[in-house]
This record gives sequence, structure tokens and C-alpha cells, in this order.
Amino acid sequence: MQDPGHAVSIEEQIDQWRSYLRRRQAIHSVDVAELEDHLREQLAVLLDAGLATDEAFLVAVKRIGNLDALSREFAREHSDRLWKQLVLVPSDSGGLQTPGPKDAIAAFSLAVAAAVAIKAPLLFGLQLDKDAGFYARNVSLLVLPLLTGYFVWKRRLAAGTVRWLAVVFVAAGIFANLYPFVPQGSTEALTALHLPIALWLAVGIAYAGARWRQVEGRMDFIRFSGELLIYYVLIALGGVVLTGLIATIFRAIGIDVRPFLGSWLVPCGAAGAVVVASWLVEAKQSVVENMAPVLTRLFTPLFAAVLILFLGTLLWTGRGIDIERNVLITFDLLLAMVIALLLYSASARDPRLPPDVFDAVQVVLVVSALLTDAVALSAIAARISGFGFTPNRVAALGENVILLVNLAWSAVLYIRFLRGRGSFTDLERWQTNYLPVYGVWAAIVVIVFPPLFRYL
Amino acid sequence: MLLGPLELSSLTQRDGEIMGINKDLIAASSTPLVLAILAEGDSYGYAILRRVRELSGGRMEWTDGMLYPVLHRLERLGHVEARWKVVESGRRRKYYRITRSGRAQLAEERRQWQAVDATLRGIWGALSLGVTAGHPLPAAACPWGA
Repeated sequence: MQDPGHAVSIEEQIDQWRSYLRRRQAIHSVDVAELEDHLREQLAVLLDAGLATDEAFLVAVKRIGNLDALSREFAREHSDRLWKQLVLVPSDSGGLQTPGPKDAIAAFSLAVAAAVAIKAPLLFGLQLDKDAGFYARNVSLLVLPLLTGYFVWKRRLAAGTVRWLAVVFVAAGIFANLYPFVPQGSTEALTALHLPIALWLAVGIAYAGARWRQVEGRMDFIRFSGELLIYYVLIALGGVVLTGLIATIFRAIGIDVRPFLGSWLVPCGAAGAVVVASWLVEAKQSVVENMAPVLTRLFTPLFAAVLILFLGTLLWTGRGIDIERNVLITFDLLLAMVIALLLYSASARDPRLPPDVFDAVQVVLVVSALLTDAVALSAIAARISGFGFTPNRVAALGENVILLVNLAWSAVLYIRFLRGRGSFTDLERWQTNYLPVYGVWAAIVVIVFPPLFRYL
Repeated sequence: MLLGPLELSSLTQRDGEIMGINKDLIAASSTPLVLAILAEGDSYGYAILRRVRELSGGRMEWTDGMLYPVLHRLERLGHVEARWKVVESGRRRKYYRITRSGRAQLAEERRQWQAVDATLRGIWGALSLGVTAGHPLPAAACPWGA
């Protein structure tokens, strides 16, 4: 046998060759294992024949053939592989890194638990249609703890973190249910809207685990959230088709199943789908192209064009913004949308690359959104005292300020990056560091607003 | 294991200095050849290639890696079945075995190749001159090759 020094270097060379091969989409890891066995046998033969290790390696690799041609040949035979397939449970042990059946079992059990949880209030006589207020406040509390549980299990979180997360959920339950809300009042609606946002931060802490303190950990959570939304929408579309079909075929035999669908299938399915979609996103990470960044690529230029057109029209016609009740919320949504576009294009960008045209479009988008919002805010500020400070308006104003601060500083960082004075990582860090702000503000709305506005 | 003369000679042949066989012919004959070798007994990639080299006297040179897509195609078609085994060295190796449909396919291929061979023999006989060992017919020039 060769001396150990040689053995190490040849192992390194094989490692390198293997990792080079793994990058080929058409060649799966099972095939790499098969080709590696071939390479090793060839190597052994050549070494026995007296070739030096390096020579033997070169000859053996050359015999396997040009990797481009080989991967083309594999692609021809396995053209399905170019359509990345989601392998949830690997059929042979060749595929490493794919989640095992244990993961699927855990996810499905938790999905069933979420479906049960959503109907559990029935035990206390609470019904979906009759107790809409209760459900609006608590729907995130019924589902998100189970999703958090999935990540606690999957990431094997430390007991300290788990305890802390439990405290958050219990506290959320207390604030959502012990305040004496006026039925159908604004503060109840605000709690219903903001509690999920605050709790989503807790899900993020469970998702990122120990990496929550790092930019990458939070960025992964952002990517996860975007993909989850897309998966959830797709699953919901499938659900609509399914329920429609069930209702129709049963009507054909004279049975009306709509009450069952409305009070059982749809809510349970919607709750379980949250966990299932999360599991799918986890399982497919590297399998499917991430959709959220693709959508941002499409929509960033469109949004930028619309905003510039809007600002231009505003200037040209000299019209003032028609201040009516919900105008602030409209502009909040606009800013949130722009931040989402910024976040998801950042999530897919290699921070080491120099600025390109798309970055310029991004800056145009951010700056025009800032200008639009400034116009709106100045129009509102002049008249806000006349409107009075209702809980809705204060919440909307607070959100506007939070989003505006984020965007303004993002614009500064982005322009610095474009001019070569800063790195893209600064922008990423700013965005990821800002995440807790949304959660904290949402928590403030849930905890402080109801007593502040006398539960109206 | 010793490096036989076949292995050494194929090292030099690799770059096409010495005559080889047209790529299309290699591709066309790969299915019957692989099936026939597997009909001799279960085997794996490297050993199949060694057998091809042995049988052809080193004249049929395959790029080693290209065997695997062929095996995978046969597997997909159900002509062979594959299974991982751990060999003495502790490595995992993928063994292939011919199936019943593979044997049927082999018989069919054999029939077709024999027909082609018989046809060619006929015309070789009729020509009976011109094609000698010293002047191999350049494969690319075959008008019926296309």
C-alpha cells in the first residue's frame, strides 16, 4: 500500500473531485457514489501497476471522462432531474442531507395537532361563526405554538429558550383573553392583527435557534417566511379546489356537506397547512428555486415605475392627497410592500457582488416610496389633530414611522453601497437587526393599546 | 491486480492516436454488449468495462463514465435491476443484474445485429477485395452511417 502521506493527499483529491461532481444538477449523490467506487477501483489498479499517486489519479479521472460531457449524458438519461424534484423521504441511502421520515411524521403529527387545536375551543362551547371575536384574537395562539414546537423539536433548542418561548405564548394568551374588550371594538381588531406579528417573532427565534443573533440566521428566517407564504397560498389554492369538488359531488347525491366543510374541513385544513407548508419549505430548501426573490425581481421595476408615475402625476396635476380615514393604512401597506421587495431581493443577493442595474432600480424604488410617503404624511400631519387620535390611527401612524425609519436608513445605506462607500452587508445587517422592532411594536399595540384606549 | 497489456495499451489509445470505432457504433452496440455481459453474471460498472476491453481486444474504447448513463437507462427500462452491496474493502458498490425483460431485449438485439452482420457479410463477400486489414475502411466515410 502507499505511505500514509500519499493516502491523505489522494483522499483530498478524491474529496475535491467528488464535490466538483456534486455540483452537477443531473448527477445525484447516488451516482457520485457509484462513480467514486469506479474511480477508486481504477486508482487501485493503476497504483498496483506502479504509477505514482498523482499520475494514477490523473489517469483515473481522465478515464471517467470530461465532466461536462458526462453530466450532459446524465441529463439526457435523467432529464427529469433538471426539474428539481422534491424528495421528502429518500428511497435509497445515497441521498444525504434529506430529511428522514421522522421529520415527516413529526410535521404531520403537529399539523393534526394544529387542526385539533383550532377546534378545541368547541369543548368550551366556543364556535367559529358565533365567537368570531375570540377566534380573531386567538387564531395565531392556537396554531403558532405548534409550529414553534416543530422547530423546537427540529433544532433541539436549549431548555432555557423553550421556557422563554413558553412564557411568551402564555403571556400572549393572557393579554389576548383577559382584557375586557368592547365587542367588535378597534382595540380588539388591533390585537387580532398585531398578535400574529408579535408571535411570528417568537417563531423566528425558534426557527433560527442559536443563529438568531446572527445576520445569516435572521436572513434565513426571512427567506423561510417568504417561501412559507408562497407555499401556503399554493396549498390554499389546492384546498379551494378540493372543497369545491367535495361540495359539488356530494350535492350530486343530494347531501349538503357545506356546513361540515365550513366549520371543520376549511378551518382544520387551514391550521394544519401552516405546519405542513413550513415542513415543506424546510424539506425543499435546496430543491426548488426560491420563489420570493424571483417575484421581487419581477415586481421591483414595476413598483418603481408605478411610484414614479404616481409622483409625477401628483406634481403635474398639483392634486393634494385626498385624506380620508384609511389613507394612512394604504401608505403603510405601500411601505411594507417596498420593504418586502427590498428584503427579498437582498435575501437572494450575493453580498460580495458589485452593484448592478437592479440595485439602481431598487434605490429608485426606495427613494420614490419615501417621497410618496412624505407627501402623504405631510398632508395627514396637518389634519391629524382634527381627526382625533383613535387607536387605529395611532397604530397606523406608529407603523408608518417604523417603516419610514427603516426605509430612510436603507436608502442611505443603499446609496452608500452604490457609490462604493459601504458594503451590501451593512444593508443586510440593518434589515435583520430591525426585525425585532416590528415584533416589539406589535407587542406594544397588543399590551398597551387596549388599556390606553379603554378597550374601545 | 496487475495492469495487463490491455490496460496499458488503452492508456495510449485514449487520445485516438490508434484506430478506434466510430462513436455512433459504440453507442449503438452498448446496449447488447452490456446486456450480454450481464447475462454472463451480475456485475458492476468497472468490471463491465474491463470485460468490454477484454472482449474487444482493446478496440472498443468507452469513456468510462459514459457507461453509467447507459446502465441507468437499462435500469429505467427494466432490462436490468441494481442493488447496492458492501464489498470487502468496505466500499459500497452498485451491482447490476439482468432481468427477464433484459434477456428478451438481448435476444431481440442479437437478432437485429445478426441481420446487420449477415447483410454486411454479403456485401463484403461480393466486393471480396478492397477492404484489407492494412486499409481499414474509415468509419466516417460509410455512406450508410448517417
